[in-house]
Amino acid sequence: MSRWMPWLQAAPLALVLAVFLVVPMAMLVVVSFYDYDSFSLIPDFVLTNYREVFSSWVTWQTYLKTLWFAGLTWAITLLLGFWLAYFLAFVVRDPTWRMLLFVLTTVPFWTSNLIRMIAWIPFLGRNGILNNTLIGLGAIDRPLEFLLFSDFAVILAFVHLYTLFMVVPVFNTMMRIDHRLLEAARDAGAGFWQTLWCVILPLCKPGIGIGSIFVVVLVMGDFATVRLMSGGQSASVGLMISNQIGLMQYPAAAANAVVLLAMVLLLVAAMLRAIDIRKEL
Amino acid sequence: MPGRAARLLLGALFAAFLLFLYGPTITIAILSFQGPDGGLTFPMNGVSTVWFTRLFQPQAVGDLGAAMRRTLALAAMVTACTVVVSLAAGMAFRRRFAGSGALFYLTLASLIVPSILVSLGIGLLFTLMEWEPAWYSSAFGAQLTWTLPFGLLIIFAVFNRFDRSWEEAARDLGATPWQGFRHVVLPIIAPGVVGIALFGFTLSFDEFARTLLTAGSGNTLPLEILGMTTTVTTPVLYALGTVSTALSFLVIGGALLGVRLLRRRRGA
Repeated sequence: MSRWMPWLQAAPLALVLAVFLVVPMAMLVVVSFYDYDSFSLIPDFVLTNYREVFSSWVTWQTYLKTLWFAGLTWAITLLLGFWLAYFLAFVVRDPTWRMLLFVLTTVPFWTSNLIRMIAWIPFLGRNGILNNTLIGLGAIDRPLEFLLFSDFAVILAFVHLYTLFMVVPVFNTMMRIDHRLLEAARDAGAGFWQTLWCVILPLCKPGIGIGSIFVVVLVMGDFATVRLMSGGQSASVGLMISNQIGLMQYPAAAANAVVLLAMVLLLVAAMLRAIDIRKEL
Repeated sequence: MPGRAARLLLGALFAAFLLFLYGPTITIAILSFQGPDGGLTFPMNGVSTVWFTRLFQPQAVGDLGAAMRRTLALAAMVTACTVVVSLAAGMAFRRRFAGSGALFYLTLASLIVPSILVSLGIGLLFTLMEWEPAWYSSAFGAQLTWTLPFGLLIIFAVFNRFDRSWEEAARDLGATPWQGFRHVVLPIIAPGVVGIALFGFTLSFDEFARTLLTAGSGNTLPLEILGMTTTVTTPVLYALGTVSTALSFLVIGGALLGVRLLRRRRGA
């Protein structure tokens, strides 16, 4: 009995993942080779869906744009998240304050991403708060058009939504750094930047790795942020897939999905090679 | 330690970040009380609750009451299932068993696969099998692939800090494995279990990408909001956002309060 216990306990998890993850992903691969017309799926083995993905310049551009979104968001959230975590872990001395400020950065996690995107409309619109303030101050005489429904708005929303995914793991690893190491570095004559570069940064790597995986994966698979914040002016692979779904072109969507999945898995594998996160799990 | 000026600079950065984080959400909460002639941005054109009342009239959006009930029911199902399944799996992972490594990596993969692909895959599965997708079947499963990895990672963190000698003491005193779990392990890990429940609830309550193609004919609340973003240009949108945020905080706050009361009663 007790020999079978672990299998029995793990069985529900395995079953759910098998039915709702493994089989659906296999389904994507199968359907990506199907043929289709405007009414139905035609079971077949054709390569046209993939040929369309790789032969269209627009599709290439969309993939590059998605990578660009992911790269830029990653760079900003990493820079911002690192210093915010640094402030919490090393500058704030009082544990109660530190806890309070940490909780404050995590509260938005419990609210809807969609609503946090919508919340930018009154700020960035043509007659929004930012434009009106700038005009009131005399800094500009015409409303800035690029604020809403642009790549700027998309990146802003990504940073707004996902910085906390970077702050939390980096903060966690920073809190585990033995402060005697920092003292030792100072005694050995290291300045602030040297300590940061040679002691703190290497020890934070696992946290940075986890945060980076979260941010990159979330941005790569996004469709709603790009649709909402760019107002249909920009594209991402996720949005392209969701548009193809809307047009009932399931095999085309599936082919893009398989390519996107391969890309995301490769990116994650590359990050795992660069940074060992196992110590954190 | 950085110098005084650098510390102040970092403090200013943090304060600016909090403003950046909360400013927009608070703004739409205020703007949802716009007067009847008010627009999508400031100035406030009077103060009223007209957008909230309009929200629940059938012509403004789809059947919002039904969507809300559906979302809460789904979130409750997902929460309960996430707690039970990840707790059981967490118990299993305390020992090494054949296939434990593979199952662990599969769980992590579930976290990495983009939501829209899970949605599409399950949608295709149900279409090809000629099953009827519905919020309580396909959407339920789609959300579990997102909440279970979080649940498992939390339970790992909990068991990492768990002192096994308590369990051994229970066994030495003649407790059956079930008694040991029920009376020793569960009370000790209870806060972690509440944490899993809160994660499960909030991830389900706000999820839209995984429900998009799997909810069938009945929309959930986030799907209603997603639909409204393209069609509605009045503060009704803000009112819906405010209601959804309030509802989510109400449940989370209620759960935390309940835990506190329970603990106080036990302590007394």
